[in-house]
Amino acid sequence: MKKYIRIIATLALALVLGASNLQARDMIQIKGSDTLINLVQKLSEVYMEKNPGKYIAVTGGGSGTGIAALMNSQCDIADASRNMKPKEISRATSLGITPKRVVIAMDGLSVIVNGKNSVTKLTMDEIGKIFRGEVTNWSDIGGDNIPITLYGRQSNSGTFVFFRDVVLKGDYSARMKRMNGNSQIVEAVRHDKSGIGYVGVGYVKEATDLNVVSVAAHAGADYASPLNAEEVKSGKYPIARPLNQYINGTPTEAVRDFLLFEISSEGQEIVENAGFFPIPKEYEDLNKKSIGI
Amino acid sequence: MKIKEKLIHGLFLFNGLLVVFILIGIFSLLVFTAIPAFKEINIKEFLFSSNWNPTSYVKETYGIGAMLVSTIMVTAGALLLAVPIGIGAAAYLSDVASPKIREIVKPIIEILAGIPSVVIGFLGIVFVGPVISKTFGLPNGLNAVNGSILLGVMALPTIISLSEDALSSVSKTYSDASLALGATRWQTVIKVKIPAALSGVIAACMLGMGRAIGETMTVLMATGCAPAMPRSYLDSVRTMTSTIAIELGEVPYYTTHYYALFAVGLVLFIMTFCVNMTSDIILHKYQGKRV
Repeated sequence: MKKYIRIIATLALALVLGASNLQARDMIQIKGSDTLINLVQKLSEVYMEKNPGKYIAVTGGGSGTGIAALMNSQCDIADASRNMKPKEISRATSLGITPKRVVIAMDGLSVIVNGKNSVTKLTMDEIGKIFRGEVTNWSDIGGDNIPITLYGRQSNSGTFVFFRDVVLKGDYSARMKRMNGNSQIVEAVRHDKSGIGYVGVGYVKEATDLNVVSVAAHAGADYASPLNAEEVKSGKYPIARPLNQYINGTPTEAVRDFLLFEISSEGQEIVENAGFFPIPKEYEDLNKKSIGI
Repeated sequence: MKIKEKLIHGLFLFNGLLVVFILIGIFSLLVFTAIPAFKEINIKEFLFSSNWNPTSYVKETYGIGAMLVSTIMVTAGALLLAVPIGIGAAAYLSDVASPKIREIVKPIIEILAGIPSVVIGFLGIVFVGPVISKTFGLPNGLNAVNGSILLGVMALPTIISLSEDALSSVSKTYSDASLALGATRWQTVIKVKIPAALSGVIAACMLGMGRAIGETMTVLMATGCAPAMPRSYLDSVRTMTSTIAIELGEVPYYTTHYYALFAVGLVLFIMTFCVNMTSDIILHKYQGKRV
């Protein structure tokens, strides 16, 4: 009798472990961008509510970390607020990974200053000079006589890389404080009269004590704001960028279904509620090709 | 019977050797993964340049000078805070406090030691930071002072516990003789007991120092992580531990950047190793002089 009880117990344990293993295999792992994390978490929550039995796990770590995880086959989807560099793509190919890009939203990367700061209009060139450390006092660009305090992200952030490549075209000042995420930058600038930082537009939607800077592409051009959907879509706002998700080769059924949800009108409504902008028309073909429809 | 004895003997021997092998293993991993870095990086530039920018837009540089100074700064600041308070608290617990108070305070200190470093880092951002920025008139409270305070708080339980043990184990004849000669209790503690327990107290401080050098999450959250060489304690700093934590997640394996991060880890390992060796030597040297 005891022998049979032991055998049945072992089989039951194996069944439980096996079943939970099955669940784990069906779970979609999403890793990467801090800019995208709140948005993708919201999308996952709504998707899981509508599709019971499906499981999605979303973690952050920065675009760089997400892309590295995709290359090491540690996640199904990599959130990235920048494009993969050619070096990363060739490295992925050499590891047997075929990265495919899906654009799920549009971001107007926002430069923010404190609510008490009167400087709310800057050109791209001026922003570049500030973050490269060449301009160090607010009085040099029409503000009060206070030294500028820079807040940025860390090097594993897609936003860090994008802002550097598009706006600075050079290295950040070594005195810039590297914060751990968009939220930390928002909080720091809110409490610091001399602060300036850059965050995804979804993070300024509900923030108080902040001024969002209107940016002109060059001296003499019009100033455009990232909060104005038309100016972002038309390209008048010069620091707009697509928010990507990278997958490996042909997506599994589960991943494909989630991606289709994200680019559907319901998913895009969630994107807009989160403060970002819907996918521009020019990326629709790319998305169709990557997802395989 | 004899076989059982031999088996247990062998098991204990195995356990002891396992620990040694793990240490040697970690050290070899660090050395072998760090060496390829120096094929591309000049050692002098690595140790003395203050420019660490492996993902630079312009030119990749691998100088740990600024990080080394930052680590030493926050560690020194932490010890400046924790050693006097720690030894004072230990003296209080061993000589002044009534047994009842000692029974309550000692466990509280143990609990302080168990607080996760992320929680302390969080307190640094949310509580200590604003206090520092108001006190010094700074735009932001994320700097070396903040890191030093937090690390001091983390090293405190270690220093208090071990110093208190050392003080308690000083032979009662010492303090009895001192009091009999007419010294006050204060003079006895400061001039007789602490010097007698010096080896244990120094060992406690060195262990607290080892904890401060290796702390990662707290300094990452609360020091502002600016890679420039700090000009004063009121500047944001980035320690070696923060750099490794930030960059190891996204670095492609087996590139110069990857090897360079292991080289930074090796420098950290050597620093902690030296601190522990020194505390060990001090402990053994003065143990012979005990009565």
